Amino acid sequence: MNNIIARKLQVLNLSEWNFEIQSGECVFLSGPSGCGKTVLLRAIADLDPHQGHVELNQISINNIPAHKWRSKVALVPAETYWWHETVAEHFQQVDENSFAEFGFGMEVMGWQVSRLSTGEKQRLGLLRACQQQPQVLLLDEPTANLDKHYTLVVEKYIDRQIKTRDLSVIWVTHDEKQIERVATRGWQIEENVIREIKP
Amino acid sequence: MNLIALGPLDLAIAASLVILLALLSEKMQLGVSGQLLVAGVRTVVQLLLIGLILKVIFSYVHLGWISLISIVMLLLAGREVMARQKYRLKGWWGFGLGTMSMFISSFSITLIALSVIINVDPWYTPQYSIPLLGMMLGNTMNGISLGQDRLNQSAWQQRSIIEGKLMLGWTWNQAIADIRHDSIRTGLMPIINAMAAAGIVSLPGMMTGQILAGSEPMEAVKYQILIMFLITAGTGFGTLTAVWFGSRRLFDTRERLRLERLTIRK
Repeated sequence: MNNIIARKLQVLNLSEWNFEIQSGECVFLSGPSGCGKTVLLRAIADLDPHQGHVELNQISINNIPAHKWRSKVALVPAETYWWHETVAEHFQQVDENSFAEFGFGMEVMGWQVSRLSTGEKQRLGLLRACQQQPQVLLLDEPTANLDKHYTLVVEKYIDRQIKTRDLSVIWVTHDEKQIERVATRGWQIEENVIREIKP
Repeated sequence: MNLIALGPLDLAIAASLVILLALLSEKMQLGVSGQLLVAGVRTVVQLLLIGLILKVIFSYVHLGWISLISIVMLLLAGREVMARQKYRLKGWWGFGLGTMSMFISSFSITLIALSVIINVDPWYTPQYSIPLLGMMLGNTMNGISLGQDRLNQSAWQQRSIIEGKLMLGWTWNQAIADIRHDSIRTGLMPIINAMAAAGIVSLPGMMTGQILAGSEPMEAVKYQILIMFLITAGTGFGTLTAVWFGSRRLFDTRERLRLERLTIRK
């Protein structure tokens, strides 16, 4: 069970956002650049002060220590940051199959993070966030720096997580085709109003 | 050995050297001659003033007076700590945290030194308490301002990295740990260097002063060692306190990084 609920979530000058996402469901959030999608995800991950209430499996965010909340409800930003010298130091456990699926051999572990391309950072960032097995993933344009091939690889990988371990996902993207592939419902932000889109 | 008292003429000769330097730098258009003269005048006025104050305090030994001047020294040092930081906490925290840390470390260590180590009677005898406290504050001030400035500046510049760690479920404490370590090291480095170089590269000012004023060298050395250790402990505990609470203040109760609590001096 990984269902997440928000009531009257409010940031910037956007309208209030109420949502309920079922366990193992993937929803999209889209809207023009700079409309506040990232800020909404940051609010759900409790990285910024915000109005409203969020709960995971009927447990209020306020009853869970913030760092525990963020390991359950993990935000993967569009641009990921790396603080150690090599890739390996950022991973506690390594699932070789996932790395292979994302096009990495084990030699990637010795790579200098300063020499990673933006696309490599994005793929590795997703793997890094997934190693703690979050219950909810907040994906901020997770394929923005990827080519067609890896875009599909990432979509397939997330889809498998959803099906095998009931992961719930909020997927931020403006790619209409991607929305059709990954989600059946979601929300669209237009002129500060968050509107639900159903099939 | 007798103390050779300095007359006004002796100081005037030394002053004329500074004036000569100012004239020379004026000729070379270095642009520092004005500053040099103003700083020279400040030295004379400020030291004469503190000499007068000390003279008065030494003759009226009273805990109230000594407490009062101690508090004034503390507040001035606190202001200096705040003024030296480019990135500092907003509101009362900017002044209060550094001042509080100095109060905790400098005052308690001076108290230990007076009552347990030097063991003067009464413990607040101003000939001991005021110069000791002054040296403690002067050095603790350096450590705290260096440490706090490094902490705030690093947090500001590495905000994305700190938040990247928070996003992975790290606690606030883990997310700021390496910056905190760096900041404490930065605060302690000058005093560690001073201990390492003492007597080899530099003759510490206090010891030199004591020897010039007629003390037995070994006595001066013992006092210098005592002072060095006290200063190191004071700087260390003060910096630890300031950097620890300063790093906590950068996060709220929900472990969010709150950099809007900092202000940058232009």
